[in-house]
Parts: sequence; structure tokens; C-alpha cells
Amino acid sequence: MIHFDKVSKIYPDNSVALEDVSFSVEPKEFVSIVGHSGAGKTTLLKMFLAEEKPTKGKIFFESTDISTLKKGQINDFRRKVGVVFQDFRLLPDRNVYENIAFAMEAAGREDEEIEADVPHVLELVDLSKKIWNFPHELSGGEKQRVSIARAIVNQPDVVIADEPTGNLDPLNTYDIVQILKKINDLGTTVILTTHNKGVIDSLKKRVLTMENGRIIRDDKEGKYVI
Amino acid sequence: MMWIKIKRIVHSGFYSFWRNGFVSLSSILVMVVTLFVIGSTIFSGAILSSTLNQIKDKVDINVYFLTTANEDEILALKKNLEQLPEVAPPVVYLSKEEVLASFKKRHQNDEFTLQALDELGENPLGATLNIKAKDPSQYESIINFFGLKGTECSSLESKFPIIDKVNYCQNKDAIDRLTNIINSANRLGFILTIFLIIISVLITFNTLRLVIYMSRDEINVMRLVGASTNYIRGPFFVAGAIYGFISAIITLILFYPITIWLANTTESFFVGLNIFHYYTANFGEIFLIIVGSGVAIGAISSYLAVRKYLKV
Repeated sequence: MIHFDKVSKIYPDNSVALEDVSFSVEPKEFVSIVGHSGAGKTTLLKMFLAEEKPTKGKIFFESTDISTLKKGQINDFRRKVGVVFQDFRLLPDRNVYENIAFAMEAAGREDEEIEADVPHVLELVDLSKKIWNFPHELSGGEKQRVSIARAIVNQPDVVIADEPTGNLDPLNTYDIVQILKKINDLGTTVILTTHNKGVIDSLKKRVLTMENGRIIRDDKEGKYVI
Repeated sequence: MMWIKIKRIVHSGFYSFWRNGFVSLSSILVMVVTLFVIGSTIFSGAILSSTLNQIKDKVDINVYFLTTANEDEILALKKNLEQLPEVAPPVVYLSKEEVLASFKKRHQNDEFTLQALDELGENPLGATLNIKAKDPSQYESIINFFGLKGTECSSLESKFPIIDKVNYCQNKDAIDRLTNIINSANRLGFILTIFLIIISVLITFNTLRLVIYMSRDEINVMRLVGASTNYIRGPFFVAGAIYGFISAIITLILFYPITIWLANTTESFFVGLNIFHYYTANFGEIFLIIVGSGVAIGAISSYLAVRKYLKV
């Protein structure tokens, strides 16, 4: 489904962010990427989201080469991917419902769909009670759940979670991971980057370990080893 | 689908305008000033050209014939004159008797003159022709037709022997001067307008730059969920157009009391043109010009700002 083929990213100042990275992700897989800060995790995700182009190599999503997509096609492609960030990136002047509806509006969905889908997706992340609250009235864990709801509401094929638990306490971290697992069980591919040893060890899913821009380990039922 | 998108773009344009109200204020103010100058140019143009028309109407050429001139010859000359393309028909012919009658009427309270006229026994006055040109610049060629000599504009001599003298004391100087004033006023207004339009575009451009900066989270989220370029840019165009529209409405409202006040103070000065009546009579046209310019300025500024600062 996703295939990185000998991808390298060298910035103009000759710093190497990624070097000769190859791996594949199958549909409905749950892949965690671990590594120190600066190991290249975020660069990898950015390139998958077509925010940056690889210096060498190719990135395939299904059978299309992402780096050759034109602007309009990139938009279509991004609608197939949901993204969750460490810092949530919710719009502070809109309530939970509006934050999620906003993503659906931008994707061009009908009003009726929005009215039906938003409560449904909030139920999935167990946040139905806070539908009319504003982000500043929510805890970190709740904010992250809104952000996950926003990422999955357009029914993407892949959900990318870039350090989603980085700002959360252990209990909320556990909740978020459970939600991601649930999403994965419902048939969506999930790619997760994290520093959190506990998360990796409890997941018992595939782990890619990165160091200095390279993938140094690829374990089927991995543990956090660095 | 298309309709939903347009609706959402317009809606979020209004939303962005409303939320950034205070930031928008400076754009609106400077646009009001610009539109105000555009409107003032329209008004001053109307005042000056109506004054010019009135003066133009007072310009004419009077041809005085010798008392011995044959009426048939005069009428033949009149016919020739009427065939000149520059002459605005009709050329008015007053026979000797009519000239005398109007002379007597003019001097009916002047016993002395009338007495002198009676004592003369015969009609000392010649027939006259009164000629108007279609356009003041065309008097020269009519004058040429008579082959005039002399420096005193009130008594030029003609090549036609039956003509005693030609009076062409033009308000021509006045007209030339007024035409010059109008032309330079128009030019000044034009330069000022261009200058202010540039300032408005720059300030609106900057406002939108700030708005784009403040909306960067929103734009980021939109990009990540795959919103199309036009969907992201659209609201900024709408906001720019709204600035222009609101400024135009404010300007039009401002002109209402101002023209009433001007009408009262200038009516005796600029004869015949009531500026307030002009405003209300031509409101449709002025509305279109002001609103059109406002919306155009707003849209152009947002186009520039979006192109420069909104990398999607």
C-alpha cells in the first residue's frame, strides 16, 4: 500500500535527513516508527504527505508515485490521509463540532453528511459530551481525541500520528493508543511515531527503528530497543 | 457541489472579515478616502463642465451689414454660412427694420436717443446675422470664412464688401481658460486618484497579509485535510471585496450630507447646477462607479496578498 523505495533527503546545506530508506506498509497494518529526535521520523512523514520531495528515490501510495503528483492531485491524495499532531492544531475560536466539521467542509462534503458524521465520530473517540465545548475548555487528552476525530472523519485510508502522546500523561497516553488501535481494527492503516517506550511495548505491533536518517531495525512484533 | 463550495467560501470570507474587524478598519478608512476622491472628481467634473456649457452658450458671432447692403445678398451669405459644417443652425437673420425695432425697444426709456433717431429721419442701422458654432474651438474656422482683418475683436473687417464689421468678442478667452482649468483639474484628479489607489492597495495588501498570518493555523489544517487551493484562497478574495464594498457604501453615505451642504453654499456661485440634485439624479451611475472601484481595489489587493503570502 505504501512503499518507500531507496528514499534519501539531503537539504541544500548538505545535511542528510534520510539516507536510502526502503520499507513497505501493508493495508490495515499498524506500524510504529521510533527513534531519537533528529533521527528522521518527521522528515519521513512530511515526505509521505508530499510536503517535501525526496532528493533521491520514490514513494508510492498504492501505485502512484507521490513525488510526481500535481497540486490538485496532492489535495486529492491528502484527503485519503488523516493526520494527528503532538500539538493538536485545533482552531481555538471554534468548538469541537466546528473543528471537525471544518475538515469535512474543506473536503467538500455535504451539510447533511457533516451533521450525521460529526456526532458519530465523536462517539468513536468517546467525546460526545463535549461536542459544544471550545478547545480551551478541554484537557490535553480530550484535545488529542478531537484531533483524532478530525483526522478520521473523512474516512482516510491511512492515519498518520506524529508523536500524538508527546504532551500527555500516562493515562491519557493509554487512551489515545487504545483509540488508534480501535481505528486500526476498523480497517484503517495507522502509522505512529513516538518516543514512548511504554506505548511501543504494550502495542505488540510492527516497529521500525530509525537512527541518523536510516532504518536500523524492522521488527514484526517489536519492542523499544534504543 | 460547486454551490456548496461557493457558499462556504463566501461564508468564511464574511467570518474572516468580522473576526478581524479592527485590523480591517485601516483598510476601510483609506479606501473611503480613495473612493471619496474618485467621487469628488466626478462632482467637480460635473460642476466645471456645466459652467463651461453655460459660458459656451453665450459665445456667438455677430455680423453687422452696411445699411446699403442688399437683402438678397445677405440671405445668400446666410445660406452659405448654414452650409458650413462648423455652424450650428439656425443662423439668425435680423433685417434692418427688426434691428431698429429692437434698438428702440431697448432704449424705450431713453428719450434722448429716440429723439436723435427720429431727427435722423432714416434707419441708420444695418441688418445683422447671429452665428453660433457647434463647438467653441470651431469659431476660428468660421472667422476664417469671413476673411477677417484687424486686431480689435469687436470690429473686425471682412473681405465681403457688404459687411460693415464682425463682432467676435469672445468670451473665447474665458472659454479657453476654463477649458484649461477643467483639463488640469481632471488631470490632477486623475493623478491623485491613481496615487490614492496605490496607497489603498498597499494598505489593504498589508491588512490581508496580517489576516493571512493570523489564519495560518487554519490554513495549515485546511491544507492537511486536502482543501483545494481555491477553497483556501477564496475567503481572502471575498474579505477583500467586502472591504471595498463597505468602504463604497460609507463613501456614498458621506456624500449625501456633503452634497446637500455644498448645494446650499455653491448654488449662487456655480449657476444652474445643484450638486445635490446631480448626486440624486445620477445616483445609479455614481453608485456603480464607486462600488465598482471599491470592490476592484479590494479584490486586486487580496489577489496580490494571497499570491505573495499564501503558499498553498
